[in-house]
Amino acid sequence: MSWRLRLWLGFLLAPPLALMTVFVVYPLASAFSYSFYEWNGLARGGFAGLENFRLVLFQEPFSTWTYRAFGHNLIVFCSLMIVQNGLAYLIAFALLKGLPGHRFHQVAVFLPVILSTVIVGFLWKLMLNPIFGLVNQALVAIGLAAWAQPWLGQPTTALGSLIVVNAWHWIGFPVLVFLAAMQRIPREIIEAARLDGAGDAVLMRRVIWPLVAPATTITVVLMFIGSFNWFELPYVMTGLDGSPGGATDVLGLYFYRTAFGNVTSGLQDFGRGSALAVLMFAFIIIVATWWTRVLRRREIEV
Amino acid sequence: MKAKLIGLAFAALAAFPVPSPAGDLTFWTWRQEDRSQYAQLFAEFNKLHPDVKIKYEAFEPQNYGTVLSTGLAAGRGPDVIHVRAYGGLEQFSKAGYLLALEPQAVPELANFEAAALSSTSMRSDSKVYAVPFASQTLGLFYNTEIFQRLGLKPPTTWDELIQVSKALKEKGVTPLANGMATAFMVEIFTSVFTGSFYGPGFTPDVLAGRATFEDPRYVGALAKLLELRDYLPQGYAGVDYPTMQQLFLSGRAAMFAGGSFEIANFRRQNPNLKMDFIAPPAEKAGGAQLVSLFYDGGYAVNAKSANQADALKLVRFMATKPFGDRFSALLGNISPIKGVTIEDTLLAKVSKLNEQSVPYIMAVYFRFQDPTGSTLLQGAVQKMMGGGMSPGEVGAELTKGIATYYPPFQKR
Repeated sequence: MSWRLRLWLGFLLAPPLALMTVFVVYPLASAFSYSFYEWNGLARGGFAGLENFRLVLFQEPFSTWTYRAFGHNLIVFCSLMIVQNGLAYLIAFALLKGLPGHRFHQVAVFLPVILSTVIVGFLWKLMLNPIFGLVNQALVAIGLAAWAQPWLGQPTTALGSLIVVNAWHWIGFPVLVFLAAMQRIPREIIEAARLDGAGDAVLMRRVIWPLVAPATTITVVLMFIGSFNWFELPYVMTGLDGSPGGATDVLGLYFYRTAFGNVTSGLQDFGRGSALAVLMFAFIIIVATWWTRVLRRREIEV
Repeated sequence: MKAKLIGLAFAALAAFPVPSPAGDLTFWTWRQEDRSQYAQLFAEFNKLHPDVKIKYEAFEPQNYGTVLSTGLAAGRGPDVIHVRAYGGLEQFSKAGYLLALEPQAVPELANFEAAALSSTSMRSDSKVYAVPFASQTLGLFYNTEIFQRLGLKPPTTWDELIQVSKALKEKGVTPLANGMATAFMVEIFTSVFTGSFYGPGFTPDVLAGRATFEDPRYVGALAKLLELRDYLPQGYAGVDYPTMQQLFLSGRAAMFAGGSFEIANFRRQNPNLKMDFIAPPAEKAGGAQLVSLFYDGGYAVNAKSANQADALKLVRFMATKPFGDRFSALLGNISPIKGVTIEDTLLAKVSKLNEQSVPYIMAVYFRFQDPTGSTLLQGAVQKMMGGGMSPGEVGAELTKGIATYYPPFQKR
């Protein structure tokens, strides 16, 4: 490599490296180091070893809260895999078939994605309001008054409502990814399958599904990361406490509340907060990397 | 989340202007809506000290603590700081960010009752770190127009409350506006209706280690809340804070269990609303009707301020009767300074109710360490009102959670 080329490469690489170091590596490293210290209010105290980790994982009631939040994240991930990614696959297939009005639906299904989460959350919070909300008023109007519920106020329905709203908001994205992948499949393959007598179900299951494997990898991994970093929607709709009684508490809310405090009830503790952040980061990066590898292998085999 | 953190980072950056020249003070607060009133209060101060200019900077309440702690940790916070009381203050005083206000330096501290000063003192050294700014009273608002129209009298006992509520419900008016979806309002609701039942003797017993939250007085008081479920708004589990305010402001609900801090807000939103504020009902006729009382926060001086002398001048002024009079008149809140003149009749009435009160127990005594009593109580009562927990289980959960750091509960 000539010195000119080296200089040129260095010139190109230095700015992104510097930016990465300052804005990604340094904050990560500092959160990591914070988690090993004791915090007196806002001032860093002495070295605490693994004490913060012990508190969030094994000390009541923090441990119960940690596992409860983790469990909710898991429910969110599994449910969204079905109602968001699963449904998106079906919608993409319907769009691919070019049914009448598919152009309109293609736009309509993607439209909510461009809205900000804060707006979506606020809008749906109003719609789900037990007194003024459109959802309950519509149910009463069509004679289903018994179905009208305080959706966001009951432990049985609150998390489910948030999941449905999240799917409403984001479903356009996996639809787009699946549709693009489906459109890339050569026409001849689909026609050949049709000639061999494959119906829609067989086509979807045996021809298209394996051929859109790269799209599946992307949607699954992004969904995994998104579900475990879930914050904005529950924050806007059910608040920092994960009301009611922690029924919508997820790791993102729990971390924020622990590290930065909750004005109306709690205190700030950077130590436990950082420990939670480190655990979340480690869990997400390890599982996401492992899963990407597994899913990639599946792509190669096809 | 990322967007939020970036937003915070910008807020923190924006909050660091070039160091101001000597003679200029910065004042940080979470009260964004009080800018013009504080301008008038500072104008009063400038009549005495014309050379000191004060810059008012307000931040979003939810993020105020984070912005302030970032600023102070970087050694660059404001000169005078609006701080919250109790555990909220101690986080900052314990870290050494606040100047201890010695009685020699701030003789005006004598203008406050001991309870007010203890709200802004650190427990470990008993020193005062801020000048208290407002007391808040938790009680019962009612719509006088609706009560008059239906020929009802404001309830003074629990039985009267239930009777009045039944009558209101029959006439199609929601008796109580309170819902359970916003956690901190659940704690306020709990405090309003339980105080008269567990009585003034309970809190001292808890502090002396003679009682826990499993005490029959407390559990019995919690059980009374369940009787109110029939008189809360439809779908109360999902009714949040803004919705309850709207229900009361629009006259769809006749009563609202809340804090005196709502008075200014209610008046701003509906100047035509005819309302009154009363103490919560007593257990029986002739029994004590007890409001819950706490102090909101105070004005503190940054220990690293370059203008400490001027900052102290301002804080001393904020502890005098002329400031308290103007504060109460302009902001519709009760100044805790002794002998302040409160011209507003409703506020004057609230201030009178404070003479028969119990402390807002979790905020005053159990918001210093995690898990705070407030966190535990809010979640547990939400569950109890939804039928997922019994009053006894709520008491046990509170006791167990607080016992992790409170020795008197550990022996039991």
